[in-house]
Amino acid sequence: MTTVESPPAPPAPPTPGGRANPLVALVRNSWRQLTSMRTALVLLFLLAVAAVPGSVLPQRNVAVEKVTAYFTAHPDLAPVLDRLWGFDVYSSPWFAAIYLLLFGSLVGCIVPRLRDHTRALRARPPDAPHRLDRLPFSSSGERAGAPAEVAAALHRMLRGRRWRVVTRTAPDGALTVSAEKGYLKETGNLIFHYSLVVVLIGVAVGSWWGWHANRLLVAGPEKAFCNSLQQYDEYGLGARVSGAGLPPFCLELTGFEATYQETGQPASYTATVAVTGSGADRSSSFAVNHPLRLSGANVYLLGHGYAPVLRYTDRYGQSQTTVAPFLSKDAMMTSEGAAAFPDTNVDPKTGARDPNLQVAFEGVYLPTVPDQPPLTASAFPAERSPGIMLWAYRGNLGLDSGVPGSVYRLDGRQIANGQLKRLEPTPHLLRVGESWTLDDGTTLEFLGTRPYATLSIRWDPGEKIVLVGTAALLAGLMLSLAGRRRRVWFRVTTSGSTTIVESGGLARSDHPGFAAEFALLARGPE
Amino acid sequence: MAALSDQFLVVTLLSYLVAMICHAAEYSFGARGVIAKAAVRELAGAGGPPVSVEVGADGPAGVPAGTAPGRVDRARLAGRAAVAVTILGAAAHLVTLVSRGIAADRMPWGNMYEFVLTVTFVGVAAWLAVLARRTHLRHLGLFVTLVMVVLLGVAGMVLYAPIAPLVPALNSYWFAVHISMMCLASGTFLVGFVAAAMYLIRAGYDKGRRSFPYTLGARVPGAEALERLTFRLHAFAFPIWTFGVAAGAIWAEAAWGRYWGWDPKETWAFISWVVYAGYLHARATPSVKRSTATWIAILGWATMLMNLVGVNLFLSGFHSYSGL
Ligand code: HEM
Repeated sequence: MTTVESPPAPPAPPTPGGRANPLVALVRNSWRQLTSMRTALVLLFLLAVAAVPGSVLPQRNVAVEKVTAYFTAHPDLAPVLDRLWGFDVYSSPWFAAIYLLLFGSLVGCIVPRLRDHTRALRARPPDAPHRLDRLPFSSSGERAGAPAEVAAALHRMLRGRRWRVVTRTAPDGALTVSAEKGYLKETGNLIFHYSLVVVLIGVAVGSWWGWHANRLLVAGPEKAFCNSLQQYDEYGLGARVSGAGLPPFCLELTGFEATYQETGQPASYTATVAVTGSGADRSSSFAVNHPLRLSGANVYLLGHGYAPVLRYTDRYGQSQTTVAPFLSKDAMMTSEGAAAFPDTNVDPKTGARDPNLQVAFEGVYLPTVPDQPPLTASAFPAERSPGIMLWAYRGNLGLDSGVPGSVYRLDGRQIANGQLKRLEPTPHLLRVGESWTLDDGTTLEFLGTRPYATLSIRWDPGEKIVLVGTAALLAGLMLSLAGRRRRVWFRVTTSGSTTIVESGGLARSDHPGFAAEFALLARGPE
Repeated sequence: MAALSDQFLVVTLLSYLVAMICHAAEYSFGARGVIAKAAVRELAGAGGPPVSVEVGADGPAGVPAGTAPGRVDRARLAGRAAVAVTILGAAAHLVTLVSRGIAADRMPWGNMYEFVLTVTFVGVAAWLAVLARRTHLRHLGLFVTLVMVVLLGVAGMVLYAPIAPLVPALNSYWFAVHISMMCLASGTFLVGFVAAAMYLIRAGYDKGRRSFPYTLGARVPGAEALERLTFRLHAFAFPIWTFGVAAGAIWAEAAWGRYWGWDPKETWAFISWVVYAGYLHARATPSVKRSTATWIAILGWATMLMNLVGVNLFLSGFHSYSGL
């Protein structure tokens, strides 16, 4: 088989006019600079360095409370860092500038490479160089048979080994067989780099159209909530998401089961919820690592706790019951919290409300009260011997001041300024069903607890794109790193009546096995 | 079982220590240049200039003039003993891991102590695998065992945690995939780091530097072979690391609702990934010197160490394992 190579493309003509527009030249030079491998390297470095501060400083999107604590601990430094986006590193303009430049460089690099590669895939392996013995691998020897047969046999052998082969006739009558293999390396490399772009697009989609919200959900029908922003303790919406567009559903916690090892280490958590408003009503269980997948939202179980149920009966005999979630502060679920009764001691006849007769309780709930004092910390996370240790307060709770306070804690300022007084110096331990009569004859009863679950409700429409991108990225990476681009040439000539075969080989990517492979090929078909 | 694991940790550590001493003995017995001047076989390389690859000291290398044969024999003996003791240590290491896993009734990857134990085991296994095919690299053993002794020492003394079951969040299929891949990649990067460091030392020695640590370069394999080994180890570990990070992200999605949250451990995994990508790039860029590229690999290992130990001790995040 004889083919004629098309001549190589002529070199690009010099820019006409001698001097190019300086602006165009500047843009062109900057682009060339940006898309160079060295720039890519520098930008990769910058990206690594820029990611560091975010692991040292607390980040708002990871732990807001730690940022607040940092502001308290470093009142001078924190505002300066904040102005430099020190607490929002990964959404900061300077971080974005680096990765956008990097991806600019990437695109500028891979678009021409894709063009070159498709061209290379269609092109034939290049003709043999003049001196095969100058190549890193070479050999020569005599063969039996006519040159055309020998060349055809070599051609067939290479084809059989899935090389791309072309046989040419040189002007001096010699037959040359050129073969190349390992295009998959560059294909893989391009897949890898394009996948990086796909992953970035997926991340962007997620940050624009994704949203998340957190909610502490206490068991019980009256504690159920529906998916709207007012119902959330904390939330974040992507730039393209409006609060009105959230998918409709309502959740009620109907059960919560936690199991523990004897050491108190948790073994499993399972929450059961009634789902309504999103297609057919149903009951679903979900657990850590096994989220509840609804259409347009996923519900994750992050943690759990106990909400003591407390009933207070005031001076007029009126009772109020509150279910107050207490936050656990150690592995044994010692939980802290407060229960406030702002609307008590209202004279039923006059309706007059004495703001100084508001009542509140603060303290710790112990799911397992230890056998021995001090009774300050729970001995086991499950409710083996539950008890609640409370201090009673009376006075003005400060709820009308307009300053939002924590529901887990009484307003410390009111206690400090004497408007809210602690009734007894020591806390009172209540077991389930017990009641406690205060100095004014009012009573507090501890009715038991209800479990609560802390939930994270999230939706990230970019996730699938990122997943697909990552899978392609890995496949491309492996092809690229394992691939071996290599070329071999054979020149078949005659000298008198003998046929001589010269061969040469070139491994275009580093790999040690080529010597053996070349030796095998150079021996020719058996 | 738990006690057995702890006892075998001591055996492992002592074995690596002994292996290190044997390697050191081989170093000091072996006269300068026995290995460095070992016969050089021409092996044409990848399109570039022909590459020389050292043939092992146990191979057909002639004993250079001026070297007492007795010393060389003793050196060889010490070197072989070092490898034997390393294999012994690796066996004890495996027992440490397996008995720990049996005692805990799960994969032994629940906390930092177990993680470092696994990473170092993978490192030793990778090292022995390299050694089986390239005996001429044996002198690197001194540095491999040194790193193992240091890391296992830190694991035993600083990171040690009693056996505890996995917290529910860690009890997942993807977690097992994630951690095993991270261990495998970290262990390979660890050996890659040793090769990289030795390459830099050897390259400095070849340039005529004679101060410490370049003096160590006298008896390690040729710079070219070390550089290639460095690259191959990193090229092997990088996709595994990538897969491990991806598996971690899949697990994080199921456990915490987001595949990526810039928690300090995730951040440092990302930093290592970017630095190692930088290394692969630098090595593929002809205008970047091989020694510069190798320094990037060294930096990569520094970021790995930061993640393995530093983040757990200094920075807190979601990843704070049960034991620390
Ligand atoms: C987003 C940032 C980038 C990352 C994370 C990255 C990562 C990598 C990795 C890991 C490799 C080695 C594996 C392989 O061969 O496939 C590689 C190879 C390569 N990259 Fe990138 N890259 C990035 C951007 C770029 C840019 C901007 C360019 C163009 C200037 C570029 C050009 C190349 C080339 C030419 C190779 C092949 C080297 C060889 O011959 O083996 N990359 N890249």
